Amino acid sequence: MNVWIAIGVTAAACYLVKLAGLLVPAGVLERPLVQRLAALLPVALLAALTAQQTFSAGDALVLDARAAGLAAAAIALVLRAPFLVVVAAAVAVTAGVRALGG
Amino acid sequence: MPEQTTSAEISIGGEPCAAVGRAGPRTTADAPVKADSAVVRDALGVGVAVGLSGFAFGVTAAGAGLDVMQICALSLLVFTGASQFALVGALAAGGNPFPAAAGAFFLGTRNAFYGLRLSQLLAVRRALRPLAAHWVIDETTAVALAQPTRRAARIGFTVTGLTLYVLWNLTTLLGALGAEAIGDTNAWGLDAAGPAVFLALLAPMLRTTTERVVAGIAVVLGLGLLPVLPAGVPVLVAAVAAPAVLWWQGRMTATGRKGAER
Repeated sequence: MNVWIAIGVTAAACYLVKLAGLLVPAGVLERPLVQRLAALLPVALLAALTAQQTFSAGDALVLDARAAGLAAAAIALVLRAPFLVVVAAAVAVTAGVRALGG
Repeated sequence: MPEQTTSAEISIGGEPCAAVGRAGPRTTADAPVKADSAVVRDALGVGVAVGLSGFAFGVTAAGAGLDVMQICALSLLVFTGASQFALVGALAAGGNPFPAAAGAFFLGTRNAFYGLRLSQLLAVRRALRPLAAHWVIDETTAVALAQPTRRAARIGFTVTGLTLYVLWNLTTLLGALGAEAIGDTNAWGLDAAGPAVFLALLAPMLRTTTERVVAGIAVVLGLGLLPVLPAGVPVLVAAVAAPAVLWWQGRMTATGRKGAER
């Protein structure tokens, strides 16, 4: 039940912000401070999420094969690889390190 | 696929978007002509590449313990990848549904700013806006903003949106169904797909010191608070890095001005 609540709230909230962007008259969200914050909030969230989903197991911090996978993704990004290649590199390297017993 | 790299840089950070927006809606008169087929090709490239990664989402969500109905509902109704991965990650960590949904929602707020740009650029009719809204995401915005004319932007938005929506949902279903056949999804390294997606979205945003400092503080907060706060909450606290750095920058600017006056 908790999962369905989370899905319902997320779906409604995410749709409403998308719609708000198209409906709100330009100018309301045009203030420089709001713009700066809107650009920086995803940076903070994505950075925290990337770190958490790489280095955590439950509420414990761990260092495992996912770290190698993320490093591979970072290298692919530096080499300007397409999106799908970046994700595939992370998955393949993580699987490879696990297969080798890492 | 050089088009994809360029368009991703245009949209995702927010600021280049703003730069395009400030130029105002472009007219067809002085804009360079771009063949419809070239626009469709650009749009398909982005739509297919990102659409296929719905498979990773399906498998990740199944690995997190969601059932096929729940997983497909997410891709059909939420349809903004980072938020979906964030929600699933928070639920897998045993998070309470509300902080989990709040994290996904905060990630989705950037779509409101994309919508602002797009409503000027595409001039969507009022009646169509509730439909078009569902497709307002990183990729459709990137492709639309990269086009020289309104016509091209509309084609780019529609083709990217349609391809991505269809493929994302199909591959989500395949991933969700295939997760069992794959067996231990972790052995296949699929638990690394979520963080890789986040990193791919984050990388083009880290242009200036400000963005890097925000990201650094967020990582420290997100990891440091993980053992002590309930699941889902550390990410929300980490989001505070953004207003904190802005506030600090404002203070430094004010101090600098006072110093200059003396």
